[in-house]
Amino acid sequence: MKIKNIAIVGSLESNDVMITIEPLENKLEIIIESIVYDQFNEEIKKAVQDVCDELEVKQAKIKVNDRGALECTIKARMEAAIIRGKGEIL
Amino acid sequence: MSKIVKTFKEVFKLCGLKNGMTISFHHHMRNGDYVLNNVISQLDECGFRDIKIAPSAVFPIHEPLIEYIKKGVVTSIDTNYMSGSVAEFISLGEMEQPVKFRSHGGRPKAMEDGEIKVDVAFVAAPSSDKMGNINGVLGSSACGSLGYAFSDVEHAKSVVAVTDYLVDYPNPYISIDETKVDYVVPVSKIGDSAKIVSGTTKITRDPVGLTIAKNAASVIEKSGLLKNGFSFQTGAGGASLAAAYYLKKVMLEKNIQGSFGMGGITKYFVDFLNEGFFKTLMDVQCFDLDAVKSIKENPNHIEISASLYANPNSKSCVVDNLDIVILGATEIDTNFNVNVHTDSNGMIIGGSGGHSDTAAGSKLCIIVTPLIRARLPIIVDKVTTISTPGNTIDVLVTERGIAVNPNRKELKNKLIDEGLKVLDIQEMQNIAQKITGKPKRARLSHKIVGEVIYRDGNIIDTIKAVNKR
Repeated sequence: MKIKNIAIVGSLESNDVMITIEPLENKLEIIIESIVYDQFNEEIKKAVQDVCDELEVKQAKIKVNDRGALECTIKARMEAAIIRGKGEIL
Repeated sequence: MSKIVKTFKEVFKLCGLKNGMTISFHHHMRNGDYVLNNVISQLDECGFRDIKIAPSAVFPIHEPLIEYIKKGVVTSIDTNYMSGSVAEFISLGEMEQPVKFRSHGGRPKAMEDGEIKVDVAFVAAPSSDKMGNINGVLGSSACGSLGYAFSDVEHAKSVVAVTDYLVDYPNPYISIDETKVDYVVPVSKIGDSAKIVSGTTKITRDPVGLTIAKNAASVIEKSGLLKNGFSFQTGAGGASLAAAYYLKKVMLEKNIQGSFGMGGITKYFVDFLNEGFFKTLMDVQCFDLDAVKSIKENPNHIEISASLYANPNSKSCVVDNLDIVILGATEIDTNFNVNVHTDSNGMIIGGSGGHSDTAAGSKLCIIVTPLIRARLPIIVDKVTTISTPGNTIDVLVTERGIAVNPNRKELKNKLIDEGLKVLDIQEMQNIAQKITGKPKRARLSHKIVGEVIYRDGNIIDTIKAVNKR
């Protein structure tokens, strides 16, 4: 699945996450910033990775700015980011 | 005769201020205070170094302190509460000496015991006459109660009143009198009283907060303590105020009148008084301008000192006659220990204030908090910092239910019998972790940046520096 556009989803409200996805050649780069980094960085990374695996995204740069989003929120935002990045909607 | 001294430079000399000495401040101007910054900058100009400060609280407005700590003008802080960039600076381990954190009742005790030896107390005085008869209710910087300043003027070797409203002798209202005051320094402005209102002093509209508040009011209603003559204190947080709102409804329904409301006083407590729900307000500091107006005009709204409020050294103090208090928490552990000093990352964001004092004195101490804040479960195995020991906390109220301290079996059974949803605290912790996942503890450095000194004078915990990112 190829990411063609830069897409930004989510917000910086408490309990939400803002995710930026952009095209990148040959690798998947995930950068995580979070107010609960010490407590949950592995879980956040896994949630992002899982959605990428599921939607077969192997090449992209993903910036995650997390404000304490639950796992379900992170996954939903990721899905939206990928769909927009592919240029399918919006 | 007059005690007026025109400049700080002169007054420093008259007080015999020297390097290494301790000066104190009180925080009734809250985030609008100009006096602390003003005095410290003047000290720097005069070349003073190694000054120890004992402000009753430090607010975001005191950011300039950071530069003076770096410069060596200020080398030690003894306080009850700290927020804003100074707290961040301390948390990052940038100050050599750990900050001593006390409670509002512990501070006057420490002054009596000589643990805080104040050489010069600077009193932000909204009005003063030439001899130092002071009050907090007149002038454009009126802040109401001067409660925390009383121990300072009692124990300091020299007392300097700093005022922006000089009135003819004698001042018509006297809160702190001239027998305690050495010098009066007039300045153009002691602060911005519009900024006395700090943080949330509005009733929450958040449905989670309202559910918590309703649950807290139910606990009070069913506790058996809600009867004529009961006394009550709550903080100025949104959920606490909402609990007070629901409590009012119950009091109205059951036709109950309380004896006194206490604390930092807000408009909501002033309304309580004016509408006859309580006979008296005991006010150690005003949290908004409605409270300032009320303490001036209503004889049943009484200014009390920090000692009278909560000093465990005194023969008795008002917290010992407090029936119910509602308090907040950044974390609470399964032993009911409460943290109000640091957040879950270990960053300093507050302090005891009267938290541990009222918890110890009251018959029923209720902690109100959401189960989860920004993915962080608030119930933890062990709090990052112990501010208030668990054996003084009776009930935890969240949006999902109520947990009662196991050492209050009778209360627990009573609340269950009354039909309230009482859970074990571990059960509530599990509910939260199912939603959030199990958090790892924040990594902290080994450097001690703060000591939590309980109201009895013993150190009950230390605060570690957070790692820079």
